Amino acid sequence: MATIAMPGRVEAAAPARPAEPTGVWSWITTVDHKRIGTLYLFTALFFFVVGGTEALVIRLQLMKPNMGIVSADMYNQLFTMHGTTMVFLVIMPLSAAFFNYLIPLQIGARDVAFPRLNAFSYWVYALGGVFITAPIFLSLAPNGGWFGYAPLTTTAYSPTLNIDFWVIGLQILGISSLAAAFNFITTIINMRAPGMHLMRMPIFTWMSFVVQFLVILAFPVITVALVFLLFDRFFGTNFYTIAAGADPLLWQHLFWIFGHPEVYILILPAFGLVSEVLPTYSRKPLFGYPVMVYSGILIGFLGFGVWAHHMFSVGMGPIADSIFSLTTMLIAIPTGVKILNWISTMWGGQIRFTTAMLFGIALVALFTMGGISGIMHSSAAADLQQTDSYFVVAHFHYVLFGGAIFGIFAGVYHYFPKMTGRFLDETLGKWHFWVFFVAMNLTFFPMHFSGLLGMPRRIYTYDAGQGWELFNMMASLGAFLQGAGMLIFFYNMWRSYRQPATAPADPWGAPTLEWTIPSPPPDYNFAKLPQVTSRYPLWDEKGREAMIQHRAGDRIPSAEELHIPMPKSTAKPFVVALFMTCMLASLIFLHVEGMATVGILATIAFALAMVGTLYSWLLSPLE
Amino acid sequence: MTTATLTADHGHTHGAGGAATPEHQPHHTTLGLDHRKIAIWAFIGSECMLFISLISTYLIYKGKSLVGPYPHEKWTDPNTGETFNAILNIPVTSASTFVLLMSSLAMVLAHNAVINRTGKAKWWLLTTILLGTGFLGFQAYEFTSFVHEGLTIKTNLFGSSFFTLTGFHGAHVTVGVLWLCTLLAIDLKRGLKPEDGLIVDLSALYWHFVDVVWIAIFTLVYLIP
Repeated sequence: MATIAMPGRVEAAAPARPAEPTGVWSWITTVDHKRIGTLYLFTALFFFVVGGTEALVIRLQLMKPNMGIVSADMYNQLFTMHGTTMVFLVIMPLSAAFFNYLIPLQIGARDVAFPRLNAFSYWVYALGGVFITAPIFLSLAPNGGWFGYAPLTTTAYSPTLNIDFWVIGLQILGISSLAAAFNFITTIINMRAPGMHLMRMPIFTWMSFVVQFLVILAFPVITVALVFLLFDRFFGTNFYTIAAGADPLLWQHLFWIFGHPEVYILILPAFGLVSEVLPTYSRKPLFGYPVMVYSGILIGFLGFGVWAHHMFSVGMGPIADSIFSLTTMLIAIPTGVKILNWISTMWGGQIRFTTAMLFGIALVALFTMGGISGIMHSSAAADLQQTDSYFVVAHFHYVLFGGAIFGIFAGVYHYFPKMTGRFLDETLGKWHFWVFFVAMNLTFFPMHFSGLLGMPRRIYTYDAGQGWELFNMMASLGAFLQGAGMLIFFYNMWRSYRQPATAPADPWGAPTLEWTIPSPPPDYNFAKLPQVTSRYPLWDEKGREAMIQHRAGDRIPSAEELHIPMPKSTAKPFVVALFMTCMLASLIFLHVEGMATVGILATIAFALAMVGTLYSWLLSPLE
Repeated sequence: MTTATLTADHGHTHGAGGAATPEHQPHHTTLGLDHRKIAIWAFIGSECMLFISLISTYLIYKGKSLVGPYPHEKWTDPNTGETFNAILNIPVTSASTFVLLMSSLAMVLAHNAVINRTGKAKWWLLTTILLGTGFLGFQAYEFTSFVHEGLTIKTNLFGSSFFTLTGFHGAHVTVGVLWLCTLLAIDLKRGLKPEDGLIVDLSALYWHFVDVVWIAIFTLVYLIP
């Protein structure tokens, strides 16, 4: 199995690996899940810089009492866009980068189930991201918080275009997530290699599977909530008009029925990545694999039953408060099980402290801290003291930065050689890690104290003498230190880009299918589809010899040589995404003085163009 | 996949890296089902949450409107003394519900005609389309008559939630009608063969789902006062 049998005469002259298409057009028309994953990764990193810059301006403004770096209104836009960007344009798409790149490789497939739909999802995300981000340069960015509470966001209280950009932007991004979720559910259910039954699936794929179900069940709810808000703002309906008898909590309920599962949509992929990283660098199978799977499913299931813990302070009454307190405490159990299983995975292992491993271990520690403050909030009585204070800001940054982002960086360092064929420098990586780790705690740990001392969230400045100065100064310094950490990371990527591709198929001695094929994999992924006989095929006795499809120096044949039919590149998904985004974006004109007719005509024109292109796409063959 | 089958992305062949899959032979998949069959079920699951959210909002706002007209009872405007009838017209909607249910029957017969090569597929597809369009016609009549009776989407909570809910359902029926028209066009152009059973099945699943949603709406919105 060392080489793939090839006609000898071709072998002599042919290059070592098939040529990759290059140029901007090749990226616009690609339907290869790996290239789309790469697009997701770099676009999300771009938005990470955007959202990070917003955070830095916020921290500069709060560094000392009574600073005047930005106006109160601009501050509202900055914290709204920081939250919206990090949730919808950074963490979800970074996870999507790994879904795209890894799921087909982990289950032994040649692509996702619907390659063109996959390209469509990416382009909708990228265009929607631009649509919702760009208005900040005109001071028109969303300014109602990332959760956009109505009635605050209705026309009566937010008459300007800012919220229109938010409502329409989130609808666009929701379409991207939903389309991707249908695709990955189908891929995981229906494209597993022979022998890979569900309980042999790599744990990252498992957690991704759970996440896709959360997406398809949670996103329709926010779609409806946003449609109501859109109709209220554009067509004069009364869903959030209290004067017409509307329920002031309708938005909050709908939003958080989406919003809490969304938290698990953000964190479970990172859990999955860390569950690949920790076993690899401990040289031990994941402790309690079935329990890890079940607890992931249970977290997803219970995630739909805890939403009102975001609303303890609105006066739902003792019965609702008690029920949601209990369910919130309950969801800590499967989460705690995961923490214990990760620790048990490392226990007694031959641990290698690579950068990926350090990020992975840090997730276990930091997420535990965020989890513990989360348990504190589950008590409605305690939550009333903490809600809307910096204590909550500290809590969710420990779980989303210490959890999701650290997990994703563990994944980036772990999978970088697989994606690019190049290594990230370990010394620089460790610098990145330690700067990040120290900076993260310097930024967010003091927020526990400023919060308990009464500092509210979302205020754009504060007076001296309330005991908050030191903690804010620490947080601001930490934030800039995080920025320095990111610079180290970007330098590391640039440096690696300039070096030759030397990574072998399985540089870390990892156990799953994605490590049996060349780094980076050819467009068809697997020259020969694997036969799976266990959960960690590369750790089986003789499994390594039998499974690895590529050795250093082996020539990688092209898809044509192997007679593997590949999907054709096409720009149609991009064009449909473009027309669809323009169609929804044109609605903005309905609120611009004297442009309403233009808006209606543009919307109809783009809708027709979209449907026409969609037919052209659906009627053209894939391969 | 050469001729104009309505190819949603056809999934990548899963067979070992040998010859290309012969046309019309189902691709090897884990469950032995076509990818699109699984995707449409996932889509329908997602759509359930969409309609659950819309219907829940309608029910939460039931009886909460501060001014009329109301769905099930008369209302006299205290300022003008003008009286408004109960808005919902159950006999007419019962007729439109019957029409939509019959369209599902026609859909089943269309699918059956395709897989059994009876040659009547185009007639049953056409029947389904006409019944679906008939339902939309009833809805258009209903909406305009409600507006004439003084209920618009802006009037009160009932108007907002009613028109949004039934409007979303109507939009789904419209998409279904367009989808069926596409199948009819394919049938007229080259004839749907038993191998095309799947693409008819996909549209049928969607069509029946939209029908089931209407049964829920008809019961919860119209029949229960």
